[in-house]
Amino acid sequence: MDQERNCQELAAYLSDYIDDNVEDEALCDEIEEHIHECENCQIVVDTLKKTLYLVHASAEQTVLPSSVRERLYHRLDLEEFISVDDNS
Amino acid sequence: MSEQQKREEDFSLQALKEGDRAEFAKVVETYSEKIYRLALKMLRNQQDAEDTLQETFIKAYHGFKDFKGHSKISTWLYRIATNEALMFLRQKGEPEISIDKQVQVDDGQTYTPTKIVDWCCLPEEELMSSEAMEYLDRAIEQLSEAMRVTFLLRDLEGLSTRETAEVLDISEAAVKTRLSRARMHLRERLSGYYGDALDSLPIETSHQGQDVLEGS
Repeated sequence: MDQERNCQELAAYLSDYIDDNVEDEALCDEIEEHIHECENCQIVVDTLKKTLYLVHASAEQTVLPSSVRERLYHRLDLEEFISVDDNS
Repeated sequence: MSEQQKREEDFSLQALKEGDRAEFAKVVETYSEKIYRLALKMLRNQQDAEDTLQETFIKAYHGFKDFKGHSKISTWLYRIATNEALMFLRQKGEPEISIDKQVQVDDGQTYTPTKIVDWCCLPEEELMSSEAMEYLDRAIEQLSEAMRVTFLLRDLEGLSTRETAEVLDISEAAVKTRLSRARMHLRERLSGYYGDALDSLPIETSHQGQDVLEGS
């Protein structure tokens, strides 16, 4: 009935939880309480956040190469608008 | 288009509809890197990503005259780019690797974590090594197409759940489910990878262990 959900069941909500997007307040409280007491789930939350941090960091490393940019502007017949002060 | 959307994007839709090249160049300048990055992570091939980038903007240039402005320009561009990238994948006939099959998760269930290793303490240079970033890219590549594109739009490009749903023409609930599985899968893969790195650290800094979560 009102039995507390276990780690496996709560895992379904951790993605929403780290987005601060769990709409059900009672559920959100339950997750917080559980994480506070369950070391394994705390680790899952921490490493999930770190995973997203690394994805963002990796994205920032991916830039548009200037050669690709030049060919794009050429293909689109927009060479007169290409700016030269970035993506060297 | 609402006033708010106009402020967000600051392009003259009227000029774009009339084929104004200077206005179009502003759109290209704003979104080319984002589209290229999305295509590169989707396709993992620079030439294919470049072709996707070019085709996206060629289609956009010709498509503006029919663009109704019901969505943001960025959402519309992402939709074109996503379709182009998916078409590339299908033309190449690459077998789709489904993480559903790998981890035997049925619809309606969520992927359960099995690798419980706290690798957050690893030094930044270790976390961000080129080998680690390559491993991450490969792990993303191994997501199913549906999960990969959802994950990239949300977590790489930073679209909201609603915008992602709009781009992919799926429900917001479907976005959340796909995203959750993709994130949990990547966390699992990285935990395996960085767990090995932790094992090689001196014992006092190593917090190793691998447990399977069980109902508690």
